[in-house]
Amino acid sequence: MLGALQLLGQKGLDFFQRLGRGNILLLHIVEGLPSLLPRLPLLIRQTYMVGVLSLLIIVVSGLFVGMVLGLQGYNTLVDFGAAESLGTMVALSLVRELGPVVTALLFAGRAGSALTAEIGLMKATEQLSAMEMMAVDPVRRVLAPRFLAGVISMPLLAAIFSAIGVLGGWFVGVGLLGVDDGAYWMQMQDHVDVYDDIMNGVIKSLVFGVVVTWIAVFEGYDAVPTSEGVSRATTRTVVHAALAVLGLDFILTALMFGD
Amino acid sequence: MSGSCKMELATGRRMRGIVIITSLGHNAAIFFAAVTIMNESSLIQIRDLHFAHKQRVVFDGVDIDIQRGGITGIMGPSGTGKTTLLRLIGGQLKPTRGSILVDDENVPRLPRAALYRLRQRMGMLFQNGALLTDMNVYDNIAYPLREHTRLSETLIRTLVLMKLEAVGLRGARDLMPSELSGGMGRRVALARAIALDPMMVMYDEPFTGQDPISKGVLVRLIRSLNDALGLTSIIVSHDIEETCAIADYIYLLSGGKVVAHGTAQALGRSESAWAQQFLHGEADGPVPFHYPANTFTDDVMQSGNVS
Repeated sequence: MLGALQLLGQKGLDFFQRLGRGNILLLHIVEGLPSLLPRLPLLIRQTYMVGVLSLLIIVVSGLFVGMVLGLQGYNTLVDFGAAESLGTMVALSLVRELGPVVTALLFAGRAGSALTAEIGLMKATEQLSAMEMMAVDPVRRVLAPRFLAGVISMPLLAAIFSAIGVLGGWFVGVGLLGVDDGAYWMQMQDHVDVYDDIMNGVIKSLVFGVVVTWIAVFEGYDAVPTSEGVSRATTRTVVHAALAVLGLDFILTALMFGD
Repeated sequence: MSGSCKMELATGRRMRGIVIITSLGHNAAIFFAAVTIMNESSLIQIRDLHFAHKQRVVFDGVDIDIQRGGITGIMGPSGTGKTTLLRLIGGQLKPTRGSILVDDENVPRLPRAALYRLRQRMGMLFQNGALLTDMNVYDNIAYPLREHTRLSETLIRTLVLMKLEAVGLRGARDLMPSELSGGMGRRVALARAIALDPMMVMYDEPFTGQDPISKGVLVRLIRSLNDALGLTSIIVSHDIEETCAIADYIYLLSGGKVVAHGTAQALGRSESAWAQQFLHGEADGPVPFHYPANTFTDDVMQSGNVS
């Protein structure tokens, strides 16, 4: 019993220590962001690595999620004679929820794990130490550009995901199931609000971008510098980022749409 | 007492005072001159160094002087904290007690900006080279120059080619780190370490895992670069033959303390049993062959009780 309590206390202390280290690192990263201004090529390169290379998985997933939404939505709405509202349903589901959330989950799996592995391996092969000894701050040169690239990429990827998803829903609803083309777009334009729906979705994806990229760079920087340590850190990035995204999604939804 | 006597007494006291002050001043001048000479001859002074990692004591009162312009070898068995010592000198770790003066600056107490300025005058060769894997050889060496200077690309190119020529790898400038052999990687890392013309270079196990030719090349490079560039070099190693061949002075570390120090010849004559065991690679001695345990008989007798 005492051992279990001790273990629980130790786990709690470890958690808060890691949280503290993570916050300090985030502060250092934010502090280092202005130093990126004269080094834009660094940021562009990382935005390509983190954002552009994630496009394929985002586009394909967005298309299929939109198609599934079109199919499921049609089957439900047609029973109430409201099949013309399919466009509204698909668009609202995507821009409010599925776009930011699924993109963040995919982003954590594709880009987050890659960031953690890259930074963790740089630590294991002493590249970060070598930079420190060359009087170059690795937080500014390695972590800050990757963090900012993630924060910039996430809302753009989520927007692309939603747009492709709307097209997927149109393809199934209008193209295959016979929903009226004009009604699909008209209903969507009437019921989707730029500020209430689209902007809230953008805010969500921005928050998820900060959280996922923060977790990814922190796990890499804090990894035990061995092959096992890097492997564990990569797993932790995906698990923690997914849990954080889902938990935050509930809080943000309650704040934005909870009336 | 007459007025003139009083004056004489006062003058006498004043004269004695002047003599004492002059003498004190003279002694102080000699003292400060001695300290200055000491400081001038040793670039790094480590005093009463204590360092512990988690529960393990790594250094327990270590005093080391690294002479300016010389090559100093730090030797000891694996796990004695030789690499940790380099990290302490570089300010990547902080000691629990003691001082580390590098060119008269106390590294553990330096604020971040001053520490980074000092590091620009230090070079370090890591055990595995630690080259940045997303850049080719040329860009690796140009990296510190681009970060810390505003030199034109033309001048940077000239400097990089000079450094590569010094380590004999000018022809390999377009290769990626993954295309280099272990020895070549270390030579490129050495070229990067001297890119900013530092006052000192620290070598972390430079000979480990190298073939005889690469070892010979590294030994020659370390000596010739040290002498030609007027560097101060610190070599952390347990390769006795190579280190003794080039080090002007050697410190042997074990159990968190300096066990012996001196020139290679002096250490060869050392009466320390530990030093002799280490230098001759004997399997048993003050460092026992067996890890501490119960007697073999006890362990065997207990085998009967194992269910």
